[in-house]
Amino acid sequence: MSFLQIQNLEKSFGATRILKGVTLEIEEGGFLVLVGPSGCGKSTLLNTIAGLEPITSGEIRIGGRRVNDLHPSKRDIAMVFQSYALYPNMTVAQNIAFGMEIRGVPKPERDKAIADVASLLQIGHLLDRKPSQLSGGQRQRVAMGRALVRDPQVFLFDEPLSNLDAKLRIDMRTEIKRLHQRMGTTIVYVTHDQIEAMTLATKIAVLKDGILQQFGTPAEIYNNPVNMFVADFMGSPAMNLVPATIGGNGSGLTVNFEREGRPPVSLAVTDPPSGLAGFKGKKVVFGVRPEALTDPDGADRNASSTATADLHIEVVEPAGSDTFAVTNLGGKGVVARLRADANVQPGTVTPLTFNLTKTVFFDPATENRIH
Amino acid sequence: MSAAPSQDNAARTGIIARAVIYSLLILFAVYYLLPLYVMVVNSLKPLDEIRQGQMLDLPSTWTIEPWLSAWSTAQIGVSPTGLKPYFLNSILMVVPAVAVSTLLGALNGYVLTKWRFRGDNMVFGLMLLACFIPFQIVLIPSARILGELGLAGTVTGLVLIHVVYGLGFTTLFFRNYYEAFPTELVRAAQIDGASFFQIFRRILLPSSGPIIVVTVIWQFTNIWNDFLFGASFADFDSIPITVALNNLVNSSTGVKEYNVHFAGAVLAALPTLVVYIVSGRYFVRGLMAGAVKG
Repeated sequence: MSFLQIQNLEKSFGATRILKGVTLEIEEGGFLVLVGPSGCGKSTLLNTIAGLEPITSGEIRIGGRRVNDLHPSKRDIAMVFQSYALYPNMTVAQNIAFGMEIRGVPKPERDKAIADVASLLQIGHLLDRKPSQLSGGQRQRVAMGRALVRDPQVFLFDEPLSNLDAKLRIDMRTEIKRLHQRMGTTIVYVTHDQIEAMTLATKIAVLKDGILQQFGTPAEIYNNPVNMFVADFMGSPAMNLVPATIGGNGSGLTVNFEREGRPPVSLAVTDPPSGLAGFKGKKVVFGVRPEALTDPDGADRNASSTATADLHIEVVEPAGSDTFAVTNLGGKGVVARLRADANVQPGTVTPLTFNLTKTVFFDPATENRIH
Repeated sequence: MSAAPSQDNAARTGIIARAVIYSLLILFAVYYLLPLYVMVVNSLKPLDEIRQGQMLDLPSTWTIEPWLSAWSTAQIGVSPTGLKPYFLNSILMVVPAVAVSTLLGALNGYVLTKWRFRGDNMVFGLMLLACFIPFQIVLIPSARILGELGLAGTVTGLVLIHVVYGLGFTTLFFRNYYEAFPTELVRAAQIDGASFFQIFRRILLPSSGPIIVVTVIWQFTNIWNDFLFGASFADFDSIPITVALNNLVNSSTGVKEYNVHFAGAVLAALPTLVVYIVSGRYFVRGLMAGAVKG
């Protein structure tokens, strides 16, 4: 029995449908990340879970209880906002205690709760300050403190790290993960940053235009994207999506790439998905992540199926930990991820190895995965 | 070498420009302060001295007699009461009218920005229209309504008229101020369980200082200085000070006591002056804070 259930959720503003039949669920203690480009409806979805926006149809259940018509304060949730939303006229301590004060919790109890949260988040020395006297990272902590002190059934985070600078963002990301591991409370987290989604989530929901594209574990989303949008959106650098045609050599299938001014490249596909045979002679989109296209020495030795081709390297981008090489297949730049010390020179022809167990095929017409 | 003379030139033109600017500023300051000076100086002279025609001279005999007379014994219309009772009328009118219209304007602004409903912009547009309605147009309908409510000729009636007439402005001020107020704060308070009025009182009002000052100054000056509504809707015992001042100056019996008139005029202007001096700098700050940028 899952803890947070969302069924056929629809949300419209006038004639505009923002959420189109979203169905999700997460188990108790799970970390659900809603991810997607801006305008995909992820924040709206979070707001409907919080009860800040009414839903048009569908059902939301928290802990088995239908909360559709409950006021936000009655849903046993706490929310951390993108702008932190700290009350500017109150001190940090008053901010943290405001909810308890409204609920009529006696003062000694409030003070104890404030002290507990302050020591957990190491903000004890900030309690008498106003939000305007805090740095971005400190405000972030206070906002989390205000949520933690409620001890809710579900935490809702709305892009909490997007206002922080890059380094602090990574620190806070780790901190949030640590808090989640320690407290074990269910979290729903909205972000447009796919790295945050991958690192934090136990389950990821990818949204686009109000439609749930894919829902699964980070590994499922990353390795088995259901369509080209998910494949392209998750991962950095993004998956290479290369136009190709399927050919046959006797009983097996090949995937063929056109190249400008060079002979086409043909790879034998061992163990193809069963649907691929129907595309013989037709165009497909071949998806390969940069780390599945490497120099032969750096290739994954556990991969059961690999293919090596001599490719013309156009650009080499050393990134410190890795070296990225760009070649051209099917009229598109294709990024390969090599070892940092791999010996590649731009303008030369170098053998590169495809890890075919990690490649996927899409139907260019529907953009869906070919299974 | 060529830099030094040009720098000298720059410094010299700087001094000249500054001298011109300052003398102009002083000139205009004198120009604006002269009427006040004339009023204050002549209100402290005996009537004989004014008759000699030396308006700009300091008094040779200082006296506060005209002030005392204007305050408590001068002839206002038919009774020799001075301005005192009418000053009190004005206070009794302006304090509740300012308080109520400011509070209602704040509530309106809160609802129009944070509790949006279908047609909210329409409602706001209609309220804005109230800012452009000339006083004269509403005189007769207002008189009718005051009569039906049994408030004709009372201070309460004047309060009601000023509250209704001021709502357009106060709503405009607060609505534009709260438009820039982060909605996430309201949502956070909702999740914390705060009610409609708790959010208003605990979250919005404490952050509304500058716009409250702007609204209070605006409403106070407008209502205090109003003549038309006072002249139209008040009885003898409820007329505000502006109308009383007019009656003082236009009383046709006896000699024209110019010194008393000057003292009365300064008395009538005093409260607005005090309000400006006490909170004027917040006024500018509040205007900057987005009050009338829309």
